[in-house]
Amino acid sequence: MPSIDETLGQYSELFILLAAMAFTVAFIAFCWDLATSSKTIRAVENRLAEERAAQKVPAAVGAGGAPAEAGSGQEVSFEMADESMDYGSERRNAARIGVAVSILATLILAAGVVSRGIAAHRVPWGNMYEFCTTGALVVALVYLVALVKKDLRFLGSFVIGLVVIMLCAAAIGFPTPVAHLVPALQSYWLIIHVSVAVIASALFTLTFAMSVLQLMQSGREARARAGQKDRLAFMRLAPSALTLENVAYRINAVAFVLWTFTLMAGAIWAEKAWGRYWGWDTKEVWTFVIWVVYAGYLHARATRGWTGTRAAWLSIVGYLCVIFNFTIVNVFFSGLHSYSGIQ
Amino acid sequence: MQKDDVELPALGFAGTLRFIWSQLTSMRTALFLLLLLAVAAVPGSLFPQRPANPAVVTQYIKDNPTTGPWLDRFQLFDVYSSVWFSAIYLLLFISLIGCVVPRAIQHWKAMRSQPPRTPRRLSRLPEYGAMALPAGSQVTRDSAVADAARLLKRRGYRVDVRDGGTDRPSVGAERGFFKEVGNLVFHVSLIGVLISVAVGGLFGYRGQKIIVEGESFVNTLVSYDNFTPGSNFHEDRLAPYSMQLDKFEVEFDRESQTHYGQPLDFTATMTTKDSPDAEPEQQILKVNEPLSIGGTNVYLVGNGYAPVVTVRDGDGNVAYQGPVVSVPNDGAYTSTMVIKVPDAKPEQLGFVGFFLPTAVEGEDGVAVGSDPDPFNPRLYLNSYYGDLGLDEGDPKNVYVLDTSELTVLNDRKEEAGGIELGAYESAELPNGMGSITFDGLKRYVALDIDHDPGQGGALVFSTLALLGLGASLFIGRRRVWVRTGTHEDGRTMVEWGLLARGEDPRLEAESAALRKLFEKEWLAADNRPAKNDRDAVGVNES
Ligand code: HEM
Repeated sequence: MPSIDETLGQYSELFILLAAMAFTVAFIAFCWDLATSSKTIRAVENRLAEERAAQKVPAAVGAGGAPAEAGSGQEVSFEMADESMDYGSERRNAARIGVAVSILATLILAAGVVSRGIAAHRVPWGNMYEFCTTGALVVALVYLVALVKKDLRFLGSFVIGLVVIMLCAAAIGFPTPVAHLVPALQSYWLIIHVSVAVIASALFTLTFAMSVLQLMQSGREARARAGQKDRLAFMRLAPSALTLENVAYRINAVAFVLWTFTLMAGAIWAEKAWGRYWGWDTKEVWTFVIWVVYAGYLHARATRGWTGTRAAWLSIVGYLCVIFNFTIVNVFFSGLHSYSGIQ
Repeated sequence: MQKDDVELPALGFAGTLRFIWSQLTSMRTALFLLLLLAVAAVPGSLFPQRPANPAVVTQYIKDNPTTGPWLDRFQLFDVYSSVWFSAIYLLLFISLIGCVVPRAIQHWKAMRSQPPRTPRRLSRLPEYGAMALPAGSQVTRDSAVADAARLLKRRGYRVDVRDGGTDRPSVGAERGFFKEVGNLVFHVSLIGVLISVAVGGLFGYRGQKIIVEGESFVNTLVSYDNFTPGSNFHEDRLAPYSMQLDKFEVEFDRESQTHYGQPLDFTATMTTKDSPDAEPEQQILKVNEPLSIGGTNVYLVGNGYAPVVTVRDGDGNVAYQGPVVSVPNDGAYTSTMVIKVPDAKPEQLGFVGFFLPTAVEGEDGVAVGSDPDPFNPRLYLNSYYGDLGLDEGDPKNVYVLDTSELTVLNDRKEEAGGIELGAYESAELPNGMGSITFDGLKRYVALDIDHDPGQGGALVFSTLALLGLGASLFIGRRRVWVRTGTHEDGRTMVEWGLLARGEDPRLEAESAALRKLFEKEWLAADNRPAKNDRDAVGVNES
């Protein structure tokens, strides 16, 4: 077995720390975008409303149109982003900074992950530290690729926030120096099974963020209909709840197929390594639970009375199971899958 | 009269059944059962499970005398074979069959029927397009419909031309039948997976065997250390193969500072024979690379050391000689071992203690294992004499010696002290009870031997399920109608509308693609030779 390049491994850890810092900057920029965009939009609206009011004063007095004017003002303040999620014309400087820094951070992170793989002469996903760092890279990449097509910058603070959490978890919770794999993990199924699982989890991360936003947006829509005040002004950057639901559904469908494959590949690997393809090991139980919850989600979308809010909750519950499977199960439950690298 | 109308009619037995059936096969019930299944699977990860860890369950019940038996009563230690878990998935599968069969019939009919009639107003459909062809072009309303039908057919649509010869001819087209087929295949395959699992449980078997270097194993019931037959197992299903462990090599990490001594590779070299008089064959067995022999798969699931000892009894005769399997407890292979010598005279002898491959003295004078390789192998044993209790005939765990009925010979608390043996050393037991010698060291492998006739089926059906799922989720089921007409000024008017069944984000793109196709067919054609000419030279189908 070729020996580990420990110096390169240390550089890799340094890259990953740098990436975590850069992502933190990007995260702050995206939050800043949400906070200030609503402020600027409100400022523009107020000015417009004032101009309109100034022009319409004589007419309003004459025709008694003031209440109607107030009503339409309400509607304006509940506006949402375009359904097509194409890029609008307004400049969002903070969001631009967020995207630019995210790209830079992703490059640094990629350097970190790749150099770790080179240092170890194997794929860099063999313990919790590596699952977290590689997973964070995939989440960031998927998000950036999606950004090319759709204006998903409203998701930035959520997604990049999760990336920061994953990197912090890796650096603080599961620090593991680079090393060879134990024999049980030396299989090409590690490459197949884990990489697909990581991609599926990254997609589930995106849809989780969308489902949370969908719930907030549908609450906001309900308040708009009831004629109440808009309490989540920054949500105007996000599209309508229905659009969010549809996009989340499409991504969840892809992720579900990948998860189904993960489950099957895991079973084949288990058969190779342990002589049985399914044994209700803790990790297998939770992989199954996740699969069934998302199958429930897909069914919910075809069941009357279960679309919309309830489906969004199922998507959220499914993601919480993913997180549980990844953290609590890996760290605290003993089983055949005790590869966390934590002693 | 009035009152009778209000009252619900009595359903009767058949009616009640039908009501239950329709409830069971409703989408809402399926969803409920699915979510219930997810919840019901969770306790199996919270409590130890008998099939995987029977000893842990016994211990758990012992440690929790109040809650343990109650948990056991509700089958929380056998979740996946429990009545309630089985009930949920069986109901789910019954519901599934009730769902799939009518859908399959309906889809069969839909596939054989013509695309639905052309809607009166295509512009009302979610996607709509129209174009006008100049009056001078060769394209008439009927030829345009024929062209559209041909183009759609080439794009995978099933087409039906209608109203030919009238002034508003049209073509109806439909594609994406494999979406529904995929959905049906997916659901049916789940049933197939379940049946395959059941077949494995009925006809399969699974056994464990430990083989020390140089020893061999013959595939008969008595040779197994442990054997779990399926409920329909028959002994004559065991293929008469044999295998011998020639050599077992291990490699530990000697370079890494942080992971020094971590295992890197285990390789077992085996000589196998398919039957008693077959040619012997040498094969390599590794973790993740099982051997396939006689319809079974053989897996390398564990390994350890078997120190070779010779025990002489009080009469001076050799009462035991050979390797003793020790059970490793940590990464340094600190191993526990038990030696039972029932043949010793005048008293039976027993030994309990540790084997350390590389013993170093800790601060408190207690030896600890510091490396998995045998750099300083040592045995640390207590010895006992008395009735080992092996004669009663009931099976005893070979790795456990109950010393409560025995008399201590060697022990750290005794005057004689405990036995400590380095390589090739021997020790006399007190009172002339005999001696023990540490003669050598071998390695052993722990094998799982498994026969699962349902395995192939499970793989085939789950692969089918995956393919079906992909088809079901990603194929768009769409309908297209194209209608033509002739304007008063002689232009040929073409309009088309698209409709998706279910979610279809690509409908818009499909409409745009059709427009491109039509333009290429009719508008660009103006400058080219007439269509028939192109047919004649055979470039049309390019
Ligand atoms: C073992 C239990 C089941 C599982 C794991 C399961 C899983 C799934 C999945 C993943 C989908 C979405 C992919 C697709 O469209 O093919 C789906 C769709 C569907 N399932 Fe199931 N299913 C189960 C049982 C049932 C039952 C009992 C019914 C009938 C009551 C049913 C009816 C449907 C229908 C109608 C769809 C299509 C939904 C649509 O058009 O979007 N399924 N199922």
